[in-house]
Amino acid sequence: MILKELSEATGVSGDEGDVRAVVLGALQGHVDEVKVDAMGNVLAFKRGTARPSTFKSGRRRLRVMLDAHMDEVGLMVVGHDSDGFLQMRNVGGIDPRLLPGTLLRVGPECIYGVVGIKPVHLLREKEGDKVPRIEELVIDVGAKNKDEAKGLAPLGTYATFATQFRELGPTVRGKAFDDRVGCAVLIELLRGERFRFDLHAAFTVQEEVGLRGAQTAAYAIEPDCAFALEGTVADDMPKDKDVSPTTKLGDGPALTVMDRSFIADRRLLRLLTSTAEELGIPYQFKQPGIGGTDAGAIHRAREGVPSVTVAVPCRYIHSPVALLSLDDFDNTVRLMRESLSRITRRTLQREKGG
Amino acid sequence: MEVIPFLKQLSEVNGLSGYEDSVRALLYRTWDPFVDEVREGKLGSLIALKRGAGPEPRPKLMLAAHMDEIGLMVTGVEKGFLRVTQVGGTDRRVLLGLEVIVHGQRDLPGIVATRPPHVLPEAERKKTVSWDRIFVDVGLPAEEVEQLVAVGDVISIQRDMVELKSRHVAGKAMDDRACVAAVTLALEQLAGVRHAWDVFAVATVQEETGLKGAIATAYGVAPDMAVALDVTFGKHPGVAEVDGFPLGEGPTIGIGPNFHPKLVARLREIAKAHEVPYQIEAVPGPSGTDAWAIQVSREGVPAALISIPIRYMHQPVETLAVQDVERAGRLLAAFVAGLEPDFLERLTWDTTAESE
Amino acid sequence: MKDLIRKLVETFGPSGFEDQIRAVIRGEVEPWADELRVDPLGSLVVHKQGGDGRRLVLAAHMDEIGVMVTHVDEGGFVRFARIGGLGTLTCVGARVAFEHGTVGVIGIEGKREDTSKAPKFEQLYIDVGATNRDDCPVRVGDAAVFVRPFAVQGRRLIAKAMDDRIGCAVLIETLRRLDRTPHDVYFVFSVQEETTLSGARTSAYGIDPDLAIAVDVTTTGDTPESRPMAVALGKGPAVKVKDSKMIAHPAVKDLLVQRAKEADIPFQLEVLEGGTTDAAAMQLVRAGVPAGCLSIPCRYVHSPSEMVDEEDVENSVRLLLEVLQAA
Repeated sequence: MILKELSEATGVSGDEGDVRAVVLGALQGHVDEVKVDAMGNVLAFKRGTARPSTFKSGRRRLRVMLDAHMDEVGLMVVGHDSDGFLQMRNVGGIDPRLLPGTLLRVGPECIYGVVGIKPVHLLREKEGDKVPRIEELVIDVGAKNKDEAKGLAPLGTYATFATQFRELGPTVRGKAFDDRVGCAVLIELLRGERFRFDLHAAFTVQEEVGLRGAQTAAYAIEPDCAFALEGTVADDMPKDKDVSPTTKLGDGPALTVMDRSFIADRRLLRLLTSTAEELGIPYQFKQPGIGGTDAGAIHRAREGVPSVTVAVPCRYIHSPVALLSLDDFDNTVRLMRESLSRITRRTLQREKGG
Repeated sequence: MEVIPFLKQLSEVNGLSGYEDSVRALLYRTWDPFVDEVREGKLGSLIALKRGAGPEPRPKLMLAAHMDEIGLMVTGVEKGFLRVTQVGGTDRRVLLGLEVIVHGQRDLPGIVATRPPHVLPEAERKKTVSWDRIFVDVGLPAEEVEQLVAVGDVISIQRDMVELKSRHVAGKAMDDRACVAAVTLALEQLAGVRHAWDVFAVATVQEETGLKGAIATAYGVAPDMAVALDVTFGKHPGVAEVDGFPLGEGPTIGIGPNFHPKLVARLREIAKAHEVPYQIEAVPGPSGTDAWAIQVSREGVPAALISIPIRYMHQPVETLAVQDVERAGRLLAAFVAGLEPDFLERLTWDTTAESE
Repeated sequence: MKDLIRKLVETFGPSGFEDQIRAVIRGEVEPWADELRVDPLGSLVVHKQGGDGRRLVLAAHMDEIGVMVTHVDEGGFVRFARIGGLGTLTCVGARVAFEHGTVGVIGIEGKREDTSKAPKFEQLYIDVGATNRDDCPVRVGDAAVFVRPFAVQGRRLIAKAMDDRIGCAVLIETLRRLDRTPHDVYFVFSVQEETTLSGARTSAYGIDPDLAIAVDVTTTGDTPESRPMAVALGKGPAVKVKDSKMIAHPAVKDLLVQRAKEADIPFQLEVLEGGTTDAAAMQLVRAGVPAGCLSIPCRYVHSPSEMVDEEDVENSVRLLLEVLQAA
């Protein structure tokens, strides 16, 4: 399953090589052109079938950008102490509460490392409530002194969670579903039939440190509209208050109306919801105001790009082990495929006099 | 050129973010003899081109160091005293009693006023003063101040550069004039040298207020590759070992998502080959420098960062080792001289085949 | 001009939902436009062809702050997120209206730990008169704005969305009165300023101007125990020197000051410590654009009752005309 390969590949922001290799392998034979740009993005092109019209505006085919980011959050080695432990900082947003007790894979050789803290038996009163800051945590790879540590994991070495992908029947679990699940959806779409429009797929880098790859990819592609494909927060555990779960596992692909990085284009939202309703595909709206995605960078490219984000709900997405529903995955692919096959220039027109 | 006198000139000239005229004029005069063309960007950055040898089209390298410094701006005039706000990340903790220059209708020497500790309540004495209690006093009657100073006038820090032992120097605005000096040294060394690439040396504006000059000039120049130079944290008491670099052990070369690994590797090779001591700086996210802006210009630009360690960043006593400036200059010059015409083709990602 | 202002402020148009306000503005400007278009994100761009002088952009944003439904609970009460820089203090007890007319009241949870502190957004909700989840007339993603009618009190004009419909009114009036200009002028009515400044940024990219001026509101320092700020209501339009995200290009600042002095128009100089405008985004487009901002002094910004002074508004129009008409 492509999601397994993608999830287990290592690819912290800035070090996406392994994921790139999986993506390039998966696209072989399914696209017309593919290249890797200056940032490390994989840009793939699949020509459309529509015959361009003779009207001025229609002379080139509609250009649609589909985006998914290859990078995951992780850690970087920034120092070595005299006892051989590695000092680290986060790459992208990591909740430091999740680090104690984790198993990591460090460096290109993927040697194992562990993050441990002061044992509970030795804690003084109230110390157990304090959250250790990342500056106070270290990675133990078994080195005996500073020089050995430097040799095994020099400055700048990346580390990821050592989570193995597992299928649990209707659900699967693994690391980096944000956004390897988006990459998997995109690969599925590229493996299918051609669309009428020209499809530009961008498997981007460095989303987690500032939507970086998407910015340059959108500039290069100059699309008429864009869809960012993501894995997003599902906070549907029991709570004391009747508040939003952000998204719910099993309720289908989650559409972003507004998050902290952009406001979705209403025409694209209408395309998605009307397609879903017509075909009976479940969908939900992601809780507005949470998070940010590549659409935040794409919509601002050049003269502006109407954009929307479609995401697969994932529980524990910010932790070393996330969980998603295969039905949601399939429905996301289906909703995207069906909506894209209905997109035309008409979709992007505005009401008269508006 | 004599490094220390030049550093002194650069440190002492005034050029707040958005108001860099004097620095630009100084650099224009200094760089002009070493380059083929000099022009001004839309937001005021200085862009100097030294053409490479060989047939066109030649690949373009951009070097960037920012010429703006942090300071203050007048927000109000009250009974002859000036209310102020920061321009860039001016550190409140070092303002009290500082000598400044208010650039009103004419330049007015001033002091950042402080209330004597004996009249302050105990609690206030123990805290850093807040912005709304900071005033600048130019020592003139209120009516005259109202004629001479307006809301929006900028205020520079007044500080002469001094020489400490061990060939260390201390002054204001070493962030980033020290790197402007390094770029200047590199241009001087390249003056008689044939190099393949076109080199655009850019003294950017408004880095301290949002990397603005870098954003604009990277778009305008559209380089194929870029090296930015900025300062990094020097080690001294209060700065943890993991966060700071010793002075005098060479500039740092950044590694992390902001920098293209093959470009970084090349810089390291050059440093080793030319025996330029350097240190590696791991940067896990935004570098907070012009390199961060340049990397995502247009379709993306492979970028690298060379940093000079300075102690006491954003304080008017920024201290550095002159050797580190000279080394940064040497490293840059050697890097440019060694750039093959087809170097860009080597900046691929991964060793495996990448395209069909 | 008051009728125009009333029409503009009372139209629905939070960030991302600008269709209605765009239609209203379009109706007002179409007769005076040489060319008119709507760009990909929804900004309205009006071209007034002049001579071969500089290409100028004047930008005012059409969008207003508001709220968006994030959750409908079992009882039909609505949780929400803010659109733009809204604070909770101005929300409690406020009346809001959704795009197609549904009206609601913002309530606050009674069971709060510390009632002396300003509430958080999670402690507020909107009551749209529903009795349970199923009969709630709004759903996740719907947006609402404050309801507050336009009022005149002497020289003071009061309404919600003066930020930045008053800027839009100034641009419309300037366009109407513009006789001839040596410059190539684009009037941009931008979208999404309150959230990301994305409208002005992308419109400016498309136009590629030599100079850009945003027209927006700024706060004042002339109310009881206000934070020190040099701008006051009624003392003239403000020429912005700096705000939290932008330093005005000195040439643009000087241009505005000079024209004001030459035409004897009262003006103030402004440094705004909290807040920014479309100018900050336009400044960074392509290879950089010398940019500045003409600010209309406004009390109670981002509250449902923003207050401006009629003469400041009129003087803003006069100043812009001076800038456009002179070489």
